[in-house]
Amino acid sequence: MTLLSLRNITVLRGRRVVVDDISVDVEPHEFVGLIGPNGAGKTTLMRAALGLLPYRGQTTLARMPPVARARACAWLPQAREVAWAITVADLVALGRTPWDGHDPGGAVPRALARMGLEGMALRSATALSGGEQARALIARALAQDTPLLLADEPIAGLDPAAQIRTMQIFADLAHEGRAVIASIHDLGLAARHCTRLLILSEGRLVADGPPDQVLDAALLDRVFGLRARIGRDKDGILFQALGVTR
Amino acid sequence: MSVCAKVSKHLRVAGLAFGLLTGPVLGAPERVVSINLCTDQLAMMLAAPGQLVSVSMMAQEVESSAMAIEARAWPTNSGGAEAVFLLRPDLVLAGQYSTRAAVDMLRRLGVRVVQFAPEASFQDARDNIRKMGQVLGQQAKAEEMIARFNRDLARMTAPGKRPVRAALYAANGYSAGAGTLATEIMAAAGMINIAPSAGLSAGGTLPLERLVLAQPDVVIRAARYDGTSRAEEILDHPAFRALPTDADAVTGPEWVCGTPKLVHAVAAMVHVRNKIVANQ
Amino acid sequence: MRYRALLAFLAAIVAGLMVVSLLVGPAGVGPVAGIAALVDGKGALGLVMREIRLPRALLGAMVGGALGVSGAAMQGFLRNPLAEPGLIGISSSSALGAVIALQSGFAAVSVLALPGAALAGAVVAVALILMLAGPRGPSLTLILAGVAISALAGSFTSLVLNLSPNPFAVTEIVFWMLGSLSDRSMQHVAMAAPFMAVGALLLAPLGRGLDALTLGEDAAEAMGVRLTRLRLMLVLGTAALVGSAVAVAGAIGFVGLVVPHILRPFVGARPSRLLAASALGGAAMLLSADIAVRIIAPERDLKLGVLTAIIGAPFFLHLIWRTRGQIA
Repeated sequence: MTLLSLRNITVLRGRRVVVDDISVDVEPHEFVGLIGPNGAGKTTLMRAALGLLPYRGQTTLARMPPVARARACAWLPQAREVAWAITVADLVALGRTPWDGHDPGGAVPRALARMGLEGMALRSATALSGGEQARALIARALAQDTPLLLADEPIAGLDPAAQIRTMQIFADLAHEGRAVIASIHDLGLAARHCTRLLILSEGRLVADGPPDQVLDAALLDRVFGLRARIGRDKDGILFQALGVTR
Repeated sequence: MSVCAKVSKHLRVAGLAFGLLTGPVLGAPERVVSINLCTDQLAMMLAAPGQLVSVSMMAQEVESSAMAIEARAWPTNSGGAEAVFLLRPDLVLAGQYSTRAAVDMLRRLGVRVVQFAPEASFQDARDNIRKMGQVLGQQAKAEEMIARFNRDLARMTAPGKRPVRAALYAANGYSAGAGTLATEIMAAAGMINIAPSAGLSAGGTLPLERLVLAQPDVVIRAARYDGTSRAEEILDHPAFRALPTDADAVTGPEWVCGTPKLVHAVAAMVHVRNKIVANQ
Repeated sequence: MRYRALLAFLAAIVAGLMVVSLLVGPAGVGPVAGIAALVDGKGALGLVMREIRLPRALLGAMVGGALGVSGAAMQGFLRNPLAEPGLIGISSSSALGAVIALQSGFAAVSVLALPGAALAGAVVAVALILMLAGPRGPSLTLILAGVAISALAGSFTSLVLNLSPNPFAVTEIVFWMLGSLSDRSMQHVAMAAPFMAVGALLLAPLGRGLDALTLGEDAAEAMGVRLTRLRLMLVLGTAALVGSAVAVAGAIGFVGLVVPHILRPFVGARPSRLLAASALGGAAMLLSADIAVRIIAPERDLKLGVLTAIIGAPFFLHLIWRTRGQIA
């Protein structure tokens, strides 16, 4: 069962092509890392997939009615916006919006526990540190309890432990039979935790496959201008950037 | 009677005789400008032909002037000092309290200005008629007017009947208290103004609920102006409409100034009172 | 449940203030006699209670509730605590609509014409504000847009009233700018009620969407909130409430600012819960203000907006102080 199917997605900003004719299918059990340099079109591609901006082509998500889409896919925007001093528990419970607030399966407490937020459930979300707020917002997306999660730079600004923990949670979600698509700048974490990488460069999909097949010296040089050492241990790929090539 | 008063009375009688024979008295003003609604009306009634040069703009407004039609025979002025001065008046007639700046300016320019106090009673009206006669040099005409006013009023008063309890009510809840022309008009028509005892405020307003609770026999309404205003909406209030009234129980421009036209106001209220007494 | 308790508490305050409002007036009426006359409606006292005091108390609650809930809804949508119908020019535009309807004679066409025209004025202002301030409504833009719209609408209101053939009209500029409930009747209640009901029905279902908007437009939309529909319902609902309130009571400021600001901590800052609480809180604030003007200056028709501004302006200054980083 395909959770997301994109066909020939193209997005124009003015006359500039920001996303150029991208077709992708995402299945359950996949943790897809969306990587590429700044301005490669990662955010635009995800927003187009959700139908949040005008696009050409076909996307299975944007075709759904809003509530059905919200039950099929959660979206974690990059901007960490919390306008009012609501409690962390209330913030995470916003994830139940597509279900009119009902939470028969206990998704909210599960999300709080998963992100290690039980201790601060009653604290005001605007009084949290940046990293804590980011975790609370991820928990909100988890509470939406959808088969598919789209996250825009979910681990930016987190401390190293929280970054790894979050990547593990996403990998666990994929393991449970869901799918996650996350744009990630940290190639090392992406290579180690994702099951599949989509490499974007100047709006085009230049590589698509498991990390160990996709990440090679030629691609790193061409797309990122990076020189790196790539190895393996029993848990996966070890990636260390060594310098820039340009 | 003091000597002065005696002398003035003789002079007045002499003036009367002289006036009857020759029209304007020697030394009387020749270019008179009035800048107040009430002096407009007295001057129009008393001035010799050609003596009055201009009246205020309000004199021609039917809502406020009891002589709006007659006033069309005169050019109007806005009451501004400059415009009035350019009319080259030798006498300006003004109210006591209004247009103070214009009056001061005209006096500085050497124009003679006579001010008239607003009339709060029939006696004030008689006094102002007499004063107008004097300043215009038309004493005889003024005395004759006063005498006729007194005769008409005496005919109007119908004694011996039980007084009707009445109140005047206008925009913003304005009513008339003791010591006003309105109260005297009502009294002359055999009505008692209940507003003072019902708790009329210092500002002259009577809260609608006090009016309702005072239970007047008749409410005399103010005539309405064109256009709409929230101030006049009170006259459409259901609680106000529930009060007893009469189609003819409406004030008019005759209620505003102390002129012999007051008799018309009294006559209208006598008519209203008679209808109410007949219905009781 | 704390939220239910808060609503019950506010409702009890509103009910109590309505009773006080019924018993305060220039004619001293005893509580027992007053309530008895209100119930049986007989005689002059019955007339006073039913036709003069009851509409005033009802309108106090209705207008206050409308202003409170409109403020809460606008703030939730723009995610800015400074968004208030009076401050951002919606009330003054409504007043302009109402004044034009009255002076042109359009208001005489139907009982719904006056509040309808005020609503139209409000819609223009809300649309302008949303256009100028954009989706997020930054404080500086909001306040500047509000100043401009208020000034423009206020001067046109003065112009229309100055040109009226009615000599009283020009003195009513102060009523339209500051508001009053004196000498209102059941006709005004009947005039405002349908519009307020429609406005309340339009705003009531927006709670969940406004909650979701706490996380931004993108997140809200991805959670199934139809933003275009929400925006339309918010514009029409707020305009109906503010428009009908202004049509019967003039522009009364700061209620929509003060009430949500005070109540926000008590509802856990959730925009959805703030709606109902602010409706009750607004009713309580306006009833209190209307009782106060009758006690402070019984004979003078002190304008309600004077009192609400004296209470509200310090809150406004405090909020500006708090959000000054954002403004600069």
